[in-house]
Amino acid sequence: MEKFSAHTGVGVPLRRSNVDTDQIIPAEYLKRVTRTGFEDGLFAAWRNDPSFVLNNPAYAAGSVLVAGPDFGTGSSREHAVWALQNYGFKAVISPRFGDIFRGNSGKAGLLAAQVDEKVVQQLWDLLEEQPGATVTVDLESRTVRAGEGPDAIEDSFDIDDYTRWRLLEGLDDIGITLGHEPDIAAYEKTRPTWKPVTIHAG
Amino acid sequence: MGKTLAEKVWDEHVVRSTPGEPDLLYIDLHLIHEVTSPQAFDGLRLAGRAVRRPDLTIATEDHNVPTLDWDKPIADPVSRTQVETLRRNAEEFGVRLHPLGDADQGIVHVVGPQLGLTQPGMTIVCGDSHTSTHGAFGAIAFGIGTSEVEHVLATQTLPQAKPRTMAVTVNGSLPAGVTAKDLVLTLIAHTGTGGGQGYIVEYRGQAIEELSMEGRMTVCNMSIEWGAKAGLIAPDQTTFDYIEGRPEAPTGADWDAAVEHWKSLRTDDDAEFDAEIVLDASTMTPFVTWGTNPGQGVPLGGRVPSPEDFEDASDRVAAEKALQYMGLQAGTPMREIDVDTVFIGSCTNGRIEDLRTAAEVIKGHTVDPGTRLLVVPGSVRVRLQAEEEGLDLVFKEAGAEWRGAGCSMCLGMNPDTLSPGERSASTSNRNFEGRQGKGGRTHLVSVPVAAATAVRGRLSSPADLAPAAGAPGAPLTNAGSN
Ligand code: SF4
Repeated sequence: MEKFSAHTGVGVPLRRSNVDTDQIIPAEYLKRVTRTGFEDGLFAAWRNDPSFVLNNPAYAAGSVLVAGPDFGTGSSREHAVWALQNYGFKAVISPRFGDIFRGNSGKAGLLAAQVDEKVVQQLWDLLEEQPGATVTVDLESRTVRAGEGPDAIEDSFDIDDYTRWRLLEGLDDIGITLGHEPDIAAYEKTRPTWKPVTIHAG
Repeated sequence: MGKTLAEKVWDEHVVRSTPGEPDLLYIDLHLIHEVTSPQAFDGLRLAGRAVRRPDLTIATEDHNVPTLDWDKPIADPVSRTQVETLRRNAEEFGVRLHPLGDADQGIVHVVGPQLGLTQPGMTIVCGDSHTSTHGAFGAIAFGIGTSEVEHVLATQTLPQAKPRTMAVTVNGSLPAGVTAKDLVLTLIAHTGTGGGQGYIVEYRGQAIEELSMEGRMTVCNMSIEWGAKAGLIAPDQTTFDYIEGRPEAPTGADWDAAVEHWKSLRTDDDAEFDAEIVLDASTMTPFVTWGTNPGQGVPLGGRVPSPEDFEDASDRVAAEKALQYMGLQAGTPMREIDVDTVFIGSCTNGRIEDLRTAAEVIKGHTVDPGTRLLVVPGSVRVRLQAEEEGLDLVFKEAGAEWRGAGCSMCLGMNPDTLSPGERSASTSNRNFEGRQGKGGRTHLVSVPVAAATAVRGRLSSPADLAPAAGAPGAPLTNAGSN
């Protein structure tokens, strides 16, 4: 996984709450067996609507998505994260994320930055007034910044320490865990024998 | 201080705990299906890693398999590739697979419990958010993403931050004709879709204890719909009776040792939850959704709300958008909403008890000529059992379509989809925009409501049906005012 320390890119105001993973990528797009190529399914139902934000050329190159509360609720499909990444997004900002979506983002290297609802409002207003304006998400200092002068926005965002550390270091979770193999093996010795197995010897 | 059930199960699975890091949890059972696993197996291959415990892993084909012509090659080439990829991966990595055509094929959350693999006190994960279903047995069960699937395959563990705990206490008894589905839809409307976020929830109280295992699975299944990490219910005699004698249940001395341990899996009297919600089951009524998230629901006897009814600005906007998408007018009585398709199935309500309930309502009636009724058993075993009991004949005689097992119209990855603008009453768990097909409009309902709706062609409860020909009085009912 690539290291992530800070990113500055065009902010996309997605003025919607409760954007569930079926909205991010509908099930019909989940049939690929690769991790790439999901960008065509991103927000598929809305892409035909000319007024949809990503259809505005000013936002088309967006890489920081600013969404309303409860972004990424619903199904566990990591394809939602891949679709955002495949499209070019590096970070999503929202006041509240679906748990599994946030976990998946951390694993896949998409920054899910949780901010105060008022910050999202400010960012929406700014990005709509100045389409194409950039937003910076700084993982080192856990801050989100946008705009200049007296109207500049700067606030902190929440991300758990462990995910932050892994993203900063670009660490692969499985590698870390395999470093604890002796602990896993010791634990396995203590498991009760009556616990079920799916494959029976002999 | 004592421990909650969730804390007990959690603590039994901690492989490693270090301050400032998530706990490393051991996983007792890993369920796999075709949609969220290909990239995980690919990752293993790339890194030259094996599956650590194939004997704690099981795979089934469910999400995009057809429910017609299931004995023929899958017509959609992309779906076929995905299913064939799973078969190749299972073979290469030595994972037990129940493919299409196998007697144990079906929705992964129906198959685990029915095989007896789902047992109290376990940790169970699957690349599927409705893994919470298995919590009904007193297990910590939750959905994971594909990177985590790969992690579990490689290590049989998962780093997890310990969630907070919440109790949902449901006092009193559910009135006749009001089901576990109505209970959980009422709860979600009460809490909102984010109300459980960050919590493992324990459902408890008289109404929960009185539920069958199947009803408990319905409740735990929809934990994710109000944002909870997982939902569980303390195991009791109902649980033990359900498990005993199933193919993978312990036997002999192992059974005794297991039950003895399972009996200790209860929240201690002096344990404290981080939050608690208390509900009264006796006031609950059949409950249906009008909007595009599972929290947008009202009693069946109610009306489509108006956006002005909501205090919160974002709820108002969400309601406006939902009404527009759903093609509904505020103030319309729910009972006057005409429905094109009724779907009975899914991991929420596709088990044998659900099909029995549906058949009981439908028996002697016919499906409304303007409505189609799709009955999709959750697994092949459920289908076979239903056929043995003659339930399939009840459905077919009424004019319903009797299908093969799978997820089907719950998410419309196979050919079972709604057309744009088509309206369904569905016993599944998600009414998101386009969930059942692009432009499709979904009302989440209980099984009795689904069955009655199919007969009348509009949202209804069994109480709305005229007594079936030859039946002594109306079928199972609830007061008509609901
Ligand atoms: S039935 Fe629906 S909710 Fe359940 S596993 Fe299948 S797609 Fe998911």
